[in-house]
Amino acid sequence: MNEIKEKDKNPEDLSEDMKVLDDLTTSEYKWGFITDIETETVPKGLSEDVIRLISAKKHEPEWMTEWRLKSFRYWKKMEEPHWPNVQYPPIDYQDLSYYSAPRKKPLLNSLEEVDPELLKTFEKLGIPLTEQKILAGVAVDVVFDSVSVTTTFKETLKEKGIIFCSISEAIQGHPELVKKYLGSVVPYTDNYFAALNSAVFSDGSFVFIPKGVRCPMELSTYFRINASETGQFERTLIVAEEGAYVSYLEGCTAPIRDNNQLHAAVVEIVALDDAEIKYSTVQNWYPGNKEGKGGIYNFVTKRGACRGRNSKISWTQVETGSAITWKYPSCILQGDNSIGEFYSVAVTNNYQQADTGTKMIHLGKNTRSTIISKGISAGRSNNSYRGLVKIGKNADGARNFTQCDSMLMSDKCGAHTFPYIEVENESAKVEHEATTSKVGADQIFYLNQRGLATEDAINMIVNGFCKEVFNELPMEFAVEAQKLLAISLEGSVG
Amino acid sequence: MLTIKNLHATIEGKEILKGIDLEIKAGEVHAIMGPNGSGKSTLANIVAGNEAYEVTKGEIIFEGKELLEMNPEDRAREGVFLAFQYPVEIPGVSNATFLKTAINEIKKYHNQAELTPKEFLSLMKEKSKILGMEEALISRSVNVGFSGGEKKRNEILQMLMLNPKLALLDETDSGLDIDALKIVSNGVNLFKAKDNAVLVVTHYQRLLNYIQPDFVHVLYNGRIIKSGGKELALELEDKGYDWIKPELVESETVYRS
Repeated sequence: MNEIKEKDKNPEDLSEDMKVLDDLTTSEYKWGFITDIETETVPKGLSEDVIRLISAKKHEPEWMTEWRLKSFRYWKKMEEPHWPNVQYPPIDYQDLSYYSAPRKKPLLNSLEEVDPELLKTFEKLGIPLTEQKILAGVAVDVVFDSVSVTTTFKETLKEKGIIFCSISEAIQGHPELVKKYLGSVVPYTDNYFAALNSAVFSDGSFVFIPKGVRCPMELSTYFRINASETGQFERTLIVAEEGAYVSYLEGCTAPIRDNNQLHAAVVEIVALDDAEIKYSTVQNWYPGNKEGKGGIYNFVTKRGACRGRNSKISWTQVETGSAITWKYPSCILQGDNSIGEFYSVAVTNNYQQADTGTKMIHLGKNTRSTIISKGISAGRSNNSYRGLVKIGKNADGARNFTQCDSMLMSDKCGAHTFPYIEVENESAKVEHEATTSKVGADQIFYLNQRGLATEDAINMIVNGFCKEVFNELPMEFAVEAQKLLAISLEGSVG
Repeated sequence: MLTIKNLHATIEGKEILKGIDLEIKAGEVHAIMGPNGSGKSTLANIVAGNEAYEVTKGEIIFEGKELLEMNPEDRAREGVFLAFQYPVEIPGVSNATFLKTAINEIKKYHNQAELTPKEFLSLMKEKSKILGMEEALISRSVNVGFSGGEKKRNEILQMLMLNPKLALLDETDSGLDIDALKIVSNGVNLFKAKDNAVLVVTHYQRLLNYIQPDFVHVLYNGRIIKSGGKELALELEDKGYDWIKPELVESETVYRS
C-alpha cells in the first residue's frame, strides 16, 4: 500500500485491517461453501448437439451458433498443450458438463427478481448486490456458474453511452459490436483452450466505452463456480473507443470440492486511439486442499490489442487460487506510441502449480512495455514465470523493461523463470532483471525484535515484496489482495 | 532490571557462552568489551531472543520475568531492544509503516491507545532531527540502499521511537566515521534516563569516550574475566587484551554490582 493511502486512513481503519488479517491468518479457504440452488445443467459430454443446445438455451442468432460450431470443429483437430511447467492427469472432456444455470433465472429486470438464495450467496462472499449498498463507484456484473445473474448501475452507465452487460445480452442487443470484435484479438484458432471456450462459452461480461468517454466508476465482474463437474467458460470482451478510459476489475471464487474443475476463460480487450484500459484481477479459485486434492484448473487466455496510436492497456493480476494456473495476459502493441503493462503477483502454496506471465508484442513505433512479476512459492508448490517480449521489425524505438522477482518460503518449493526475447529491430531497447530471494530467519527475527509476531512479520515482508504490484490496484482491491496473501501463506513458514 | 545467571549457550553445537553472570540496574550504562569471537554479540542476541542460539544452562531475569520463556516479540514488547550489528533490509516496506506497526504492537501489548498518524509523524520528525536524518527517509524502504552509517543511525532512531527499558547496542560504532559516531552517541545519551538501562557491546574504547559507561566488563572466551569502572576501558585501549589473560589463571573474577 503506498504512503498516501496509508496517511489518508484513520487509525481505526488500520487496526481494523490488522484485525481482519488476524482473522484471516487463522482460517482456511473461506469461500468454499456450496449454494443449494436448483440448477438446470446439460448432460455431460461435448458434441455439436450440446453446442446447439447451449446456443438455443441462450436464444442466440444463427451466426453465433455457427461460430461456436466452427470453433468446435477446429478444437477437435487440436491437441492439448503440454509445454507448460505443470503436471496433471489427463482431462476427460466428455466427462464434464458444459452448461449450468440457476433454474429460476429467466430474464431479470430488477434485483427483486433474483433468487434470494443467490443474493445470500453473494452477501456471504462480501458482494452485496443491492445497489444502495454497493461501494460507491463500483458497478458489478455477477456470473454464477454459466450465467450472468445481474449487472448493477446499468442505467447510470447508459446515460454516458457505456454498455456494461453480460455477453449473452450483448449478443442479443448489440450484435454488430460483438460481431466486429469477438475473436478479433483471440481467434478461435489461437490455442486449444481458446478454441474450446469459443465453442462452449456460457457467459461473461461485455463492456463498451464510446469515443471520448471516461467511465465514471470501476466496472467489476464477479465469477463464481458453484455446480460440481461443470466447466466454467466465460468470455469477456472490452472495447474502448478513441480517447475512452475504463478500469475493470475481476474477482473469482469456487466451493471446495474434491474433484478438479476446469475453468477456461477468454478475455479480449481492444483499445483504439488514445484509449486506456486498466484490467485488474484478483483470482482466488479454490486451490485444492493441503494434500493437493481438488482445486480449479485455470486455463485462461487474456489478450489486449492496443490498436490505436497512444493507446494503453495495463494488466494487474493477483493470483492466489487454483490448483493449476496457465495464464499469460498479453498486449499486442500495434498503434504507434502505445503502451502495454503487466503487473503480477502469483502465490503458490501446498501443491499448487502456476505457469504464468505475459507476452508483449511490439509492432508499432515507439511502443513501450513494462513487466513486473512477483512470484511467491511456499509449501511444495511450483511457480513459473514465462514471458515473451517480441520486437517486430517495424517497431523503431520500442522499449521494454522486465523485472521478475521470486521469493521462496520453504525448501521444497520451486521458482522458475522462462523469459523469451525476440528482437527484429536494432533500435529497440530491452531490459531484463531477475532476482530470487528467500524469506530469511534474520528478517523475521529483526521484525520480531521490534514487536511483530511471526505471522505479521511474514505478511509485512511479503507485502513489501509485492508493493510495486499492489500500488497498481484500486484501493479496495489492494486491501483484498493483502488479505488473500495472508491466508494463502498461512503457516507456510515455521 | 536485568539479571543473568550462569548463562551457557551454543550455536551449531559449539559452546560460545560458558557461564555469564551479569546484573544491570535501572539508570546504568554497561559496556561489554572483548576480542573478536569472545561471545559479545551472542550475549546481546540471546537476551533479545535470537533462536539461532541455544541456551543450554542458566537464566535471564528481566523486570522480574523469566526472559528465556518468552518469544522474541514479547521480549521486545516488554522493553528489550537490540540495535543490530547488521541491520536487515526489508524491501518495499517503508520506515514509516514498519515503525508505526512496531510502536502500535507494543502499545497494544500494554493495552495503551495506538498512536494517531499525526502523533506518529511528529514523533518521527522530532527523533529524526536528533540523528540528523532527512525526512525523506520516512518513506524509504527499511534499510534498503542505506549506507553502513545510515543503517546504524536508523537503529538508534528506532530505539528512540520505541523507547525501550533496556537497549542492547551491538557494535553500533562499527563502520561509523567520527561525525556519525558523535551523532549516534548523542542519541544514546539523550535516551539515557533513571528508569532505563543501556548495554553497549563494542570492540573499541572509542565509543566510550562519548557514551560514558558506569561499568566495563571484559568478555573473553565465553566468560567475563574482568569488570571495572570506565577506567578499565582506557586501560584496555592502552594495553590490549593480553595483559588480563594471565589474571584468568589466578582467579575467575566475576563482577557483581
